[in-house]
Amino acid sequence: MKQLSAFITKEFYHVFRDRRTLLIMFGLPVAQILLFGFALTTEVKNAEMIIIDHANDISSQKLISKFGSSGYFIITSSTEDKAIDQAFKEASAKCAMIFPSGFGNDLLRGKGAKIQLITDGSDPNTAKTILNYANAIISSYSQELNPLPAPSLQILPVPRMLYNEDGNGSLNFIPGVLALIMMLVCTALTSVSVVREKELGTMEVLLVSPFKPILVLISKAIPYLVLSLANFVLILLLSVFVLDVPIKGSILLLFLESMLFILTCLSLGLLISNRTASQQTALLTSMMGMMIPTLIFTGFIFPLDNMPMVFQWISNIVPSRWYYLIVKSVMLKGLGFEYVWKETLVLFGMTLVLLAVALKNFKTRLS
Amino acid sequence: MKEKVIICKQLTKKFGDFTAVDNISFEVEAGEIFGFLGANGAGKTTAMRILCGLSRPSSGEAQVAGFDVYKNTGSIKKHIGYMSQKFSLYENLTVAENIRFFGGIYGVSAREIRDRSAELISKLGLEKESDKLVGSIPLGWKQKLAFSVAIFHQPKLVFLDEPTGGVDPITRRQFWDMISEAAANGITVFVTTHYMDEAEYCNRISVMVDGKVQALDSPANLKKQYDAKDMDDVFYQLARRAKRPAE
Amino acid sequence: MSVIKVKDLIKTYEKGSVVALDKISFEVNKGELFGIIGPDGAGKTTLFRLLTTLLLPDSGEASVEGFNIYKDQTVIRSRVGYMPGKFSLYQDLTVEENLKFFATLFGTTIEENYAIIRDIYDQIKPFSQRRAGKLSGGMKQKLALCCALIHNPQLLFLDEPTTGVDVVSRREFWQMLHQLKSKGITILVSTPYMDEAVRCERIALLQAGKIMKIDSPANIVSAFPDMLYAIATNADGYRILQDTRNSGLVSSAYAFGESIHITLKANNPDSLPELRDLLTTRGHANLEIREIHPSIEDSFMRLMKDTDKIPATQNQQQ
Repeated sequence: MKQLSAFITKEFYHVFRDRRTLLIMFGLPVAQILLFGFALTTEVKNAEMIIIDHANDISSQKLISKFGSSGYFIITSSTEDKAIDQAFKEASAKCAMIFPSGFGNDLLRGKGAKIQLITDGSDPNTAKTILNYANAIISSYSQELNPLPAPSLQILPVPRMLYNEDGNGSLNFIPGVLALIMMLVCTALTSVSVVREKELGTMEVLLVSPFKPILVLISKAIPYLVLSLANFVLILLLSVFVLDVPIKGSILLLFLESMLFILTCLSLGLLISNRTASQQTALLTSMMGMMIPTLIFTGFIFPLDNMPMVFQWISNIVPSRWYYLIVKSVMLKGLGFEYVWKETLVLFGMTLVLLAVALKNFKTRLS
Repeated sequence: MKEKVIICKQLTKKFGDFTAVDNISFEVEAGEIFGFLGANGAGKTTAMRILCGLSRPSSGEAQVAGFDVYKNTGSIKKHIGYMSQKFSLYENLTVAENIRFFGGIYGVSAREIRDRSAELISKLGLEKESDKLVGSIPLGWKQKLAFSVAIFHQPKLVFLDEPTGGVDPITRRQFWDMISEAAANGITVFVTTHYMDEAEYCNRISVMVDGKVQALDSPANLKKQYDAKDMDDVFYQLARRAKRPAE
Repeated sequence: MSVIKVKDLIKTYEKGSVVALDKISFEVNKGELFGIIGPDGAGKTTLFRLLTTLLLPDSGEASVEGFNIYKDQTVIRSRVGYMPGKFSLYQDLTVEENLKFFATLFGTTIEENYAIIRDIYDQIKPFSQRRAGKLSGGMKQKLALCCALIHNPQLLFLDEPTTGVDVVSRREFWQMLHQLKSKGITILVSTPYMDEAVRCERIALLQAGKIMKIDSPANIVSAFPDMLYAIATNADGYRILQDTRNSGLVSSAYAFGESIHITLKANNPDSLPELRDLLTTRGHANLEIREIHPSIEDSFMRLMKDTDKIPATQNQQQ
């Protein structure tokens, strides 16, 4: 026991004396939370729009002013159709709207006025969003113009974003950031730490001692476990107090599930360290092999349901996908264990398998 | 008066408060085998890097192969060869590929590479190995090949950084035969080594201690000066006085 | 009494294509200071890793303090002291933290076995709070030795402990080894430096995976088969060497610092005056040639030749 605690103490020394890695470990989640929370959003604000109004009548002017006051668009007027082409090439505009000369007349005579809306298709996501906004503004204007008897068979959708009344776009990312950070710390850093001993030659000395080799792995994992929990607390604090995202469900459950996921990541890290001989390889494997699938297949950046079936199947073996679901359910929806027990079981099973393989493969001799 | 291939005047290199190379001055003549000795940490490596054009001095002057170490490092690199114990050739390229590569980056024409390469390979007796990966040939052969590659482009001056470390005694001597032959052909050899018997093969030796050149003379004169029976003794006497802990 | 027994040990890498050790056999007695002498690639590190059970041999037997290297790995590993080749200790821990860690690892404390390491540790004690990464090479070696000794092992494995260390520290290190030997500790040490071989009680000359000879340094040099002579050279060493080789009178000629060591064909001492005359006509007058005792290096090179381990080169006259 004394040996184990001496080893763990040593590991903590290593971690705390490596300022740079420490900075990354704690700086990264903070940076990500702030970025995702405030800067990176799929909302579109301040889209530059060129408007060419050939009609120049009251109706067109009114519509134009609606666009201008919506807060989503920055309007530039022009008289030349050619200007649009130029603006898109220079990327000084994201969209354009052209009113034909008979706009007002066609509208008032009930013939149905047409407007041309052009968006920059080389960025389809933004283009779609802009089109949606534009359509919304236009149809609300349309409605205004037709105040009289509401048609008897009318459908009025009343939108409501459950769990996220404010439509806070950053919600999505917090569970994702949690998953990513744990992967980084527990998988990448742990595996690098084990492999460093091999590279430096100290692993040989450790092996030629009465210290059980398995304890080497455990001792290396513990500081990163503790640090991941610290990160966990940090991320939650940030999301509650800085991003205004409350924790709706049981914090205890969240904590336990996170512990489980940490164990999963640690097992992965140990598995990687068994098979690699250099720190570089360990880091690369963790990054390429683990973090990229985490980014792609967890579902917090790219919706899983949009992916081809094959990829959806693949996503089932990515542990962070399950953790992400669990955190969403518990933290954002406030659900209890009865709703996440299936995902928990999957994660638990994965951890057992990974741990078993990692421990079995751990070599007590040099190759 | 023989041409001076290296001229150092009060060369100094500081890293912050620490003076790695402290006001050293010496000259090396063409065709000399010049032994540059000193314990690790004495400033040897730093000095060599300056002379190879890899590091800028803090003050003082130096010319290597006629080029200034401040202004013409590019020209210096073209006119020197370099080989070290730690790295000399690419392990996962074959013997022939290594020769072609290094010949190429020093601007040797393709035809000359072909001719000289065949000559080199047969001289070293590596005909059967020329298509083997360098990583798979024994260390001794590697070192000899590396030296040949370092002088392949017929530089005026070649820097050798502990080229015989860990090599078996026969190969070591074959290596020094090659060095002597190169020197006889006019190439100046600037070599560092920890084997004191190799110091005896040099025309002149300098010993760096604590960043300064504490001794600079032929082996015979140094032995007389320090009343020593061999260079090992000379070196030991000098190293013992060092205040700076060896690296 | 044998503390290490090795019989016909074979170790290959890369599925048998690289033979690191080729049927090695030797024994080390209790309290001996035994040297494995050989250049890089000879198989020294492989041998040490086999004996400390870090590697399994392809075939052959070996026992360490009576324990079998195949089966008794746990016991051996907790008993011996080991300093591997590129051992660098924990750079970001202090001297004291390193020592304390290794002591605890072996279930002991610094205080318990301080007497054993005191002579060595006293030299680095003033730096006990310094990070190991900031120590000089010599001090690192001393610290590493302390860490290997802290659990009072009776058998020490030191793989190239003096490589890369300055000449002053190297000498001090061997003095420390002798002191340890006087305390009854058996030491198996490897080195590529031939001049360090004489400091061992018995040595095994290892080259390309084979042991060429095992004996005390004195016996090895006295077994040198021919008469050895030294020609004192001055600045003209290389040319004298070439002329000597081309004389047709010598069967070997090697540079040895300030002299050339030669053996004469058919061991005929009457060739000497002839050689001297020949060299004089080549411009090397008044050369001093005298008979000398061989050194370990002379013997090593001779054995390389006799066991056909000469690396090929075109200037093959030896």
